[in-house]
Amino acid sequence: MVAVPAPEATHSARALFVRRAAWRWEEIAFWICAALSYFIFPGHLVLLTQAMITGLFVVSLDIMFGYAGIPSFGHAAFFGIGAYTAGILARDWWGDPLLGLVAGALVAGLAGAICSQLVARLHGIAMLMVTLGIGLICYEIANKWNSLTGGDDGLQGMQITPLLGLFTFDIDGRVGFIYSFIVIFVLYLLARRLVNSPFGLALKGIRENVRRVPALGIGVRVQLAMAFTISAAMAGVAGALLAETTQYIALEVLGFDRSISVQIALVLGGIGSLIGGMIGAVVYTVLRDQLSLINPAYWDFWVGLVLVIIVMSGTGGVTGILRRSVDWVIARVKR
Amino acid sequence: MVDFVNILGAGVAYGVLLFLMAGGLSVTMGMMGFANLAHGSLSMLGGYIVVMLMNWYGWPFFGALPMAAIGAAAAGVLVERTIFRRFYWGNQLDQVLLTIGIVTMTVAAATFVWGAVPPAVHVPAFLVGRVHFGWFDIGSYRLFLIIFGGLLTLALVLGLEYTSFGARIRAAVDNRRMTVSCGINIDRLFMLAFAIGSALAGLGGGLAIYLVGLDPAFPVKYLVYLLIVVVVGGMGSIRGTLAASLALGICDVVGKYYIPYLGAFIIYGVTVVILMFRPNGLFGRGH
Repeated sequence: MVAVPAPEATHSARALFVRRAAWRWEEIAFWICAALSYFIFPGHLVLLTQAMITGLFVVSLDIMFGYAGIPSFGHAAFFGIGAYTAGILARDWWGDPLLGLVAGALVAGLAGAICSQLVARLHGIAMLMVTLGIGLICYEIANKWNSLTGGDDGLQGMQITPLLGLFTFDIDGRVGFIYSFIVIFVLYLLARRLVNSPFGLALKGIRENVRRVPALGIGVRVQLAMAFTISAAMAGVAGALLAETTQYIALEVLGFDRSISVQIALVLGGIGSLIGGMIGAVVYTVLRDQLSLINPAYWDFWVGLVLVIIVMSGTGGVTGILRRSVDWVIARVKR
Repeated sequence: MVDFVNILGAGVAYGVLLFLMAGGLSVTMGMMGFANLAHGSLSMLGGYIVVMLMNWYGWPFFGALPMAAIGAAAAGVLVERTIFRRFYWGNQLDQVLLTIGIVTMTVAAATFVWGAVPPAVHVPAFLVGRVHFGWFDIGSYRLFLIIFGGLLTLALVLGLEYTSFGARIRAAVDNRRMTVSCGINIDRLFMLAFAIGSALAGLGGGLAIYLVGLDPAFPVKYLVYLLIVVVVGGMGSIRGTLAASLALGICDVVGKYYIPYLGAFIIYGVTVVILMFRPNGLFGRGH
């Protein structure tokens, strides 16, 4: 007998997904602030662009870590692959920025699809180790393959043509900002659509109880591999964006430090909410820029302390704290 | 051939060092299910205790080493009692993030207190230079490391196999619930195991300075190697950790000498491949 869901059941299931996909106020507030920052801080557009690109990178990790529960110490590998793909393409063949983005996404996604076959069959610490190994191997390849990547000196000589043939990337970063803003916003919408779909719900199920999900007829490995691949492709776009807007690639894009700092930024902002990743990245990037002027060592200390406090208190990062305090204020006002 | 034996000796010495630093981590991971990425910070602490006692207060090397072990054990127990014990058997991702935060803090704190410049230590004269055995020779310090580490390993293995304390630890690694049911105070057992592991890490840090140097980035630099050793060896297995440490030490030194441009690839590649086929490590039993 074929089980046909009752009409009201599908209706309520749809209602569930609609409710889950509703825009929250912190998302709206973030994107409005991000758009306004173009007018408020015209002198800091380069930094803001980098903060948003880091945001996209953190969001890509959030899909994998926050939703699917795959921890990674090597996510910079895909960011770096995207960056080097766009960079090498612009140096040796075509400098069209959009083409670079697509190429970065494809190559990083392909690498992610291959790696996902290794990662998806593991769990816990073993996952962490294999992603770490992948990250370190990619770093070593870029480091040693001088003729292709420029090695330790970084990749130079990218020729980025004007966007759509109309807008030349300027030194103040105005075009870079708007270009990045639009690309990141579109990808954010896609990511939102993804995590609020049945697929996103399945990922959460795997994260919460990996044994029970197969009983619902969902294959764990396939879902994890898909999440990993999508996350890698998205990280690749972020890398390609950074390469195109700075027109230079340092070897550090692939570094272990970057893999760690993206994890830190995610926890700082709040795991498993997408917007938390954007907020965490902006807070992290801007604070580091300001505080490391004083002394980089102190900055690391406070970052570590904040991380420990967030994990120990379980507050859900900046977004969680914001959300709770606003809820508290609203409750007060209503009463 | 003689060359190869010399390099092998250096690799074994390096492996012993890795074993001292990773042994405690393996026990904590196997026994308490706690991924303590900050284990290398305890080694760094031990290293800086040796440096401080020797260079500031003029202690002899062999007087400073036990203090490194004691200091690291004290710091380890303090953190274990106040923070780590709340996270045992909890969410591993939380543990990873928590201890990464602690690593970041200790690196910054070490830069603040001891500065970023790697300090030098002067080991006793009889450990400087090389010892000749007929047709091959080995650095005295390396030979000392191998003998000292060998004795320590022997003591550890015997202690685990033949004492009641060791039996309790093995029981806790194998089956925590059953151990508790037998009326063993597992909380105290954890604390003691953590103290011993921290002491070993501190000792390893003190011994490492002369061979590989010491700077505030030490916990980050060795994090990768320690994790590889523990995960490949199998969490909670002392023999597995020893085997993996020696293998990694030898591969690293031999690889750097003969095929310098491929050395790192081989280690990471082999790690990934081993984990593909044995997710619980070579000697580990699944939990």
